[in-house]
Amino acid sequence: MSASPLIKLKNLTKIYGMGEAAFHALRGIDLTIQAGEFVAIMGPSGSGKSTLMNLLGCLDKASSGQYWFKGIDIESLSQDQRSLIRRHALGFIFQGFNLLARTSALENVELPLLYRGYSAKRRHQLARDALASVGLQDKERNSPAELSGGQQQRVAIARAIVSEPDTLFADEPTGNLDSRTTAEIMDLLKQLNRERGITIIMVTHEDEVASHARRTLYVKDGLIDRDTSTAEVLTTK
Amino acid sequence: MIFNAFIIALREIRRNVTRSFLTVVGIVIGVAAVVTMVTLGQGATDAVRAQIANMGSNLLIIRPGQNWWSKGVTLLKISDVEKVKEQVTGIRLTAPLIETNVAAMAGQRVRFTSIQGTTPDYFEISNWQLSSGRFFNELEVTQGAGVAVIGETVRKELFGRMENPIGKKIRLDKMAVEVIGITKAKGQGGFGDDLDDNIIIPYTSMQRRLTGKTSENSINQIMISGENGYPTARILADAVLLMRERRGLSGNEENDFSVFDSLQIAETLTATTRILTSLLGAVAGVSLLVGGIGIMNIMLVSVTERTREIGIRMAIGARARDVLLQFLVEAITLSCVGGIIGIVFAYGLCDFLSTRVGAPFVFDAKVNAMAFIFSAGIGVLFGFMPARRAAQLDPIDALRHE
Repeated sequence: MSASPLIKLKNLTKIYGMGEAAFHALRGIDLTIQAGEFVAIMGPSGSGKSTLMNLLGCLDKASSGQYWFKGIDIESLSQDQRSLIRRHALGFIFQGFNLLARTSALENVELPLLYRGYSAKRRHQLARDALASVGLQDKERNSPAELSGGQQQRVAIARAIVSEPDTLFADEPTGNLDSRTTAEIMDLLKQLNRERGITIIMVTHEDEVASHARRTLYVKDGLIDRDTSTAEVLTTK
Repeated sequence: MIFNAFIIALREIRRNVTRSFLTVVGIVIGVAAVVTMVTLGQGATDAVRAQIANMGSNLLIIRPGQNWWSKGVTLLKISDVEKVKEQVTGIRLTAPLIETNVAAMAGQRVRFTSIQGTTPDYFEISNWQLSSGRFFNELEVTQGAGVAVIGETVRKELFGRMENPIGKKIRLDKMAVEVIGITKAKGQGGFGDDLDDNIIIPYTSMQRRLTGKTSENSINQIMISGENGYPTARILADAVLLMRERRGLSGNEENDFSVFDSLQIAETLTATTRILTSLLGAVAGVSLLVGGIGIMNIMLVSVTERTREIGIRMAIGARARDVLLQFLVEAITLSCVGGIIGIVFAYGLCDFLSTRVGAPFVFDAKVNAMAFIFSAGIGVLFGFMPARRAAQLDPIDALRHE
């Protein structure tokens, strides 16, 4: 076991608005996630699971409490510094895929590398490798409109992993997909988790999808209601 | 980093060809208008200057009336021409000028043109050169001979392909004259008039056989050439005094004639064209400004339209300053591209217009460089606000934006 966990939250809260109208989205979360875990976050809408996801993904700032990512005190960072954490350590995939329209799969995957300032040659090579690893080596030139939903999500996954992040955040990654494609995407995520050791944190409302994860957090009214870790996780640690 | 921002911006421009095209159009029109106006204006100024030089240096002109265009005032006398030459110091040559318009005929061809009646010295004062034949002499003036020196335009109109119609007859109203000389083309005058559209004959012939006015007061203009190095201002002052006396003006009466100095005319004309140039340039500049506002407008719309895309970029790790840079580079690239297209466009436009408006096309690298820098500046100026708005978006809100 490493010296510090990948993610450690201590009494994290998030309040939207002020005074009477204040809405407590998170009411003090304590959570530890180790590197290499595959965690599903479940909960009814309004439970605070998306807020938790945004905070973990360094997209938002908490109202109080502490968040250490790889030992870094995230809450003390500026917005630009959190952007750099996202750029170098995190990957995102979304329910709506969020690819750039009218842009080839290859250029979509290259995007994070452009922000890293990589050379054109290196960008192309890494983006091709990433597309190949999600099984889309022959779709490099296609724009999102020319790809199926499953293929688009694969491009999004390739984009998320092209920069070799420690952690992959997936927000309802299969919400727009049919069951067969859902299974394929879940297999791909599991494979990335298993073979590359990428930590995956996934928000979903489907039990079936959550069952692929090795740990499930149930969020209710801004608190973690239940935390089920399968025996497998405990033994591998 | 800048280079990568440039790549990102270029990809964005390529991704939205129509929008980018519409954005650029305003700048293209603005830059093309400014460059065309200023270039043609400068060409016109140069043309005026060249024309003044053509007119001859140390030139003074006495005309009846308070302005160049005054009508119905007592004309000048032929004795005035002689007296001016005699009594004003610093004068090299003088010549009278009688002007009228007439239909000139040769065979079946007709040309309405202006006739100038004068003396041989006029050719030297006004810097006329011959392309063939000769000028008339003093004897022919005394005789009131039917001889004419014609301009290149008149030759072309009356004799067509005949390059050398010396000895041919031309009918001017009731008078027949023989062509004895053809002047070298001078081109356009300072007022855009054709200087080669004229026929020059002895003033005596004109008085006797054309205008019918043999009275004393029949001279439209006295042409004076000052001695080299003698200040024209002194000649002008002396000529005014003499003419006042000769025209019987008492102490507080205003002049009923004017004396023009070619230097002064040159200055007035160049100043006028320069003012017109800056005026047209300013109007064109406004259209460039409007083009810039067009860029800002479309960029602002584009920020709203691309909010989600900005969210994606931020999630992927773009900092606020990366987004700012991207949008700024986009705006600057668009306006620079617009500037370059505009300059190319202006080149064609100047080429096309110069012959039609009669201003020579002189390519001026400075004007083009200025227009380009200005359009780039417009990109910075009007791209900044939309870019900052994009950079200030919250990544979560931007991602959620539909």
